[in-house]
Amino acid sequence: MITFENVNKTYPNGTTAALDVSFTVPAGSTVALLGPSGAGKTTLLRMVNRLVDPDSGRITVGDRDISQINPVTLRRSIGYVLQEGGLLPHKRVLDNVALVARLNGASKADARERAQRMLTLVGLDAELGSRFPHQLSGGQQQRVGVARALVGEADVMLMDEPFGAVDPMIRRELQAQTRRLQSELGKTVLLVTHDVDEAFSLADQIVVLRTGGSVAQYATPEELLTNPADDFVADLLGLSDGARDLHVVDRGGRALVTDGSGRFIGRVRA
Amino acid sequence: MDLLREALVWLADGGNWAGPTGITARLGEHLMVTAIVVALACLLAMPIGVWAGHRGRGGDLIVGIAGAARALPTLGLLTLAALALGIGLVAPVVALVVLAIPPVLNAAYSGIATVQPSVTGAARAVGMSSRQVLAQVQLPLATPVLLGGVRSATLQVIATATLAAYTSNTGLGRYIFAGLKANDYPLLIAGSLLVVVVALVVDALFAVAQRFSVRHR
Ligand SMILES: Nc1ncnc2c1ncn2[C@@H]1O[C@H](COP(=O)(O)OP(=O)(O)O)[C@@H](O)[C@H]1O
Ligand SMILES: [Mg+2]
Repeated sequence: MITFENVNKTYPNGTTAALDVSFTVPAGSTVALLGPSGAGKTTLLRMVNRLVDPDSGRITVGDRDISQINPVTLRRSIGYVLQEGGLLPHKRVLDNVALVARLNGASKADARERAQRMLTLVGLDAELGSRFPHQLSGGQQQRVGVARALVGEADVMLMDEPFGAVDPMIRRELQAQTRRLQSELGKTVLLVTHDVDEAFSLADQIVVLRTGGSVAQYATPEELLTNPADDFVADLLGLSDGARDLHVVDRGGRALVTDGSGRFIGRVRA
Repeated sequence: MDLLREALVWLADGGNWAGPTGITARLGEHLMVTAIVVALACLLAMPIGVWAGHRGRGGDLIVGIAGAARALPTLGLLTLAALALGIGLVAPVVALVVLAIPPVLNAAYSGIATVQPSVTGAARAVGMSSRQVLAQVQLPLATPVLLGGVRSATLQVIATATLAAYTSNTGLGRYIFAGLKANDYPLLIAGSLLVVVVALVVDALFAVAQRFSVRHR
């Protein structure tokens, strides 16, 4: 479990990135931080492993106040998937993953074996382990990033726009895989995204942030759709301009579904 | 052209290569002085530059120190050092170390400081300590730049170590000073040629080492 209690952060240049933020990520569930660019999503995420320290407020991970935990120790106990992979360019793929297991005290042989298992788990050929990161596609690098976050067997995972840099097809594939892994592994996940579809696709609950770092609404996707708190949330979700509306149309006795722009996307099964 | 031919004839004479003042011995001295000077410069400048680069601060100070050291004329410094320390090898070594420090210091600082923040940030984010980031990420990625600094320091020292002969009976500079004194231009040219060839060979070795030190694309 991760909790934020009245967390505030203003950077030295005067930018407020978190304003009285409170929410909870229940153990085993996925929460998305959703908001426009610059709202403070990354700042909140980086507070969880103490890459950023809050000005005030309390953050706990697994019931422990993280301000009492050594940052390096804390980071080793949390899986982190970075945007664009964040792999070390001079280390081979397998070593990139094994490195995190090594940091957690695994022997060299054990670390490599676990790294190999994680690469397989995220759907990468064993043969790719001996390559350097730049020899992989963006989607493959992202999978390595996920493998690296899993190899430490941490209960808590942070993901910062994990699939933002890959093309839409690969993104959907990676999202599906993440859901599958999540249902198998039951991690506690905090995810940053500015993509409404990604938030809906992966999260049990969504923290909607507005510019200036305040929480506009914290709710399930279902609640957000039925009861957006205000115009900002409705606009962000695409509820105001009909972008997210689906329509049922009758075509010769068949009920078909069209999206906000009138394109056919499916049919209704009674 | 005749002078050059005479110089080459002198170089081709095996007799000139042997003995305690022969070319082989002078070459060995020259390389030894260069190695000592470069090693001392690295010992002094590398930790400071690397540390400042790692902390991401003190860059202005580094550039200032390097610039100031670079502005000192080596011959003047050598003369001063010789006056203070007397005739011998210590004075030229001191003067040459001052010459070698700026390129090493600059390269150490900028090599470490310019490793992509996204890479060091990611290393920190997954739980590497500051020292691990330095040893396992910044140093390996900066190695080509660090070697580049050592390379240019070494080349400057090889060229300038001829001045060691000014205060001590050492190195390839002996031929140049002796040639100057006796108006023996072929000897002077032969000495200069030797220095040039040594510089080219060492530079080529560094080029190869730098190539192999690039750890990724
Ligand atoms: N280290 C920093 N120093 C100063 N301002 C920062 C820093 N990091 C982020 N900011 C600012 O804080 C705000 C929130 O940034 P961020 O958390 O990265 O937002 P998001 O991830 O939602 O795009 C932005 O206005 C950003 O420019
Ligand atoms: Mg961000």
